[in-house]
Amino acid sequence: MASVTFEQATRRYPGADRPAVDHLDLSVDDSEFVVLVGPSGCGKTTSLRMVAGLETVDAGCIRIGARDVTDVEPKDRDVAMVFQNYALYPHMTVAQNMGFALKIAGLPKAEIRDRTLDAARLLDLEPYLARKPKDLSGGQRQRVAMGRAIVRRPQVFLMDEPLSNLDAKLRVQTRNQIAQLQRRLGTTTVYVTHDQVEAMTMGDRVAVLRDGVLQQCAAPRELYRNPANMFVAEFIGTPAMNLFTLPVINHSVSLGDWRVRLSREITDAAGEIDVGIRPEHFEIGGRGVEMQIDVVEELGADAYLYGRVTGPDNTFGQPIVVRADGHDPPLHGSRVRLHPQRGHLHFFGVDGHRLP
Amino acid sequence: MGLAERVIKPNILRGFGLYTALAGIAWCALFPILWAVSGSLKDEGEVTTPTLFPAHPQWSNYREVFALMPFWRMFFNSVLYAGCVSVGQVFFCSLAGYAFARLRFRGRDTLFVLYLGTLMVPLTVTVIPQFMLMRVAGLTDTPWAMIVPGLFGSAFGTYLMRQFFQTIPAELEEAAILDGCSPWQIYWRILLPHAKPAVMVLAVLTWFNVWNDFLWPLLMIQRSSIATLTLGLVRMQGEYVARWPVLMAASMLILLPLLLVYGIAQRAFIRGIAVTGLGG
Repeated sequence: MASVTFEQATRRYPGADRPAVDHLDLSVDDSEFVVLVGPSGCGKTTSLRMVAGLETVDAGCIRIGARDVTDVEPKDRDVAMVFQNYALYPHMTVAQNMGFALKIAGLPKAEIRDRTLDAARLLDLEPYLARKPKDLSGGQRQRVAMGRAIVRRPQVFLMDEPLSNLDAKLRVQTRNQIAQLQRRLGTTTVYVTHDQVEAMTMGDRVAVLRDGVLQQCAAPRELYRNPANMFVAEFIGTPAMNLFTLPVINHSVSLGDWRVRLSREITDAAGEIDVGIRPEHFEIGGRGVEMQIDVVEELGADAYLYGRVTGPDNTFGQPIVVRADGHDPPLHGSRVRLHPQRGHLHFFGVDGHRLP
Repeated sequence: MGLAERVIKPNILRGFGLYTALAGIAWCALFPILWAVSGSLKDEGEVTTPTLFPAHPQWSNYREVFALMPFWRMFFNSVLYAGCVSVGQVFFCSLAGYAFARLRFRGRDTLFVLYLGTLMVPLTVTVIPQFMLMRVAGLTDTPWAMIVPGLFGSAFGTYLMRQFFQTIPAELEEAAILDGCSPWQIYWRILLPHAKPAVMVLAVLTWFNVWNDFLWPLLMIQRSSIATLTLGLVRMQGEYVARWPVLMAASMLILLPLLLVYGIAQRAFIRGIAVTGLGG
């Protein structure tokens, strides 16, 4: 096993006005599971392909362990990749697909058979070894793609949205299987997804990218509790964090009847700040922000209230989302008072960065 | 009128019209062949009469073909030439198609357009220079004259294979790169087995072309021991002008292997036509 390090790694596609990956500095430790997450076009897949050697590195370098692999051929990097559409060879059986890399490497037939069988057992693929990919279900194909990577016993697994073609139920199930498998094998893994739930549940650490720039890389809990900027704050968490742009008056900000006094460090930074409150960090009832409820989304255990903040003269302001108890949620059309929980407020400056 | 009736009635009418039109077209295409089959079984007196079914089928016409021309020798020659050229075309066109579709090199697309442009040059323009080349090389009146010119691919075949390779997802090739394949191994082990439909289309079309070709063998071949069936048929026509039923029988015998080849390759051929976008 080995670590993976991006050092100022940059990829610029010809004709593009900005780099797809811009001076990326990221270190994935030995045996660690790091998830690259972000919206479409953020550079997460490009970053992964740079490690694989399928994408040129225009500046900076990529290391696997201590070795600089920037100019090393993909086959000599000792990495295995699981593709989004699995990329199974359609004319080969499952066993041939899994053993193909070993065959190309010139390993003895007996060893190829043993290693293929081991991986097939691990993934419950033994009954399907003689089948062609077209005769398998989506979930089975996904496992074959995993098996093809495992058989090689590489230093690094690279996974490019491997669950995106599965249905929701199977995705949750396979998500857990992959995470367990990675922990059992202890192989360093870089995993790409656009699904933040997948990122939060699978990764030891999650790296959030936007427009080719790394926004934050931290453990899921840290990312949720202390987002480094407004983008991460909004991207992580479903529904997204409520963000209110409020003027700082007398060292405090107010929203409706709710008013909070700020530390000097924050008020010195700007005359206007963004206050972030997650939907689950409001207490309903008592004094505080008044909300007009437009829609109630009942999910069973929880209910989400979608509506707008009401102003002093009955005007309707910013949109707001609040989590309520699913047993007895308020009705749509009604008004409720919300009190943000003191320890769960996030403050961001005008440049979007977190204020202390 | 119920909804079902309203939906079904136009469908029946449309279906009837469509199948009548298709049957008409099929009849136009098949009638000359039926006429030839009928002619091959008539006697010489009857062959010019406009009847489709011969009064007394003359199966001896077929026996006579074998007596009048070295049929099996020519059959072997035609199979040899068509087989060699088909294998060569598939091999070289798929290699070139792979390069034009997948490898990145400077001037690739310009080169491809230029190569494709050679399709516009008619055979009549190139036939004399080709003949002279063959003479200079000392290949005229040898089997090589039939094999070598078509062996190394064609613009059409390269275009066909390139179109097919472009439809194969890039991930398949990338997976092979990560599995340690060289460009040759990617071509040979991954893309070519995957390209079976396109390979079948190219092989069948090439086989048909070489099998039916008349002008080139006529220019190249004098000896009847290395002549093709088409050449044999025409020579027979020259020698036995009045023997139409025998000529028809020989034509049928030449046509038969083509039907056989098409029959075997039919499914892959039709799939290949569909995926390479040659149809329509």
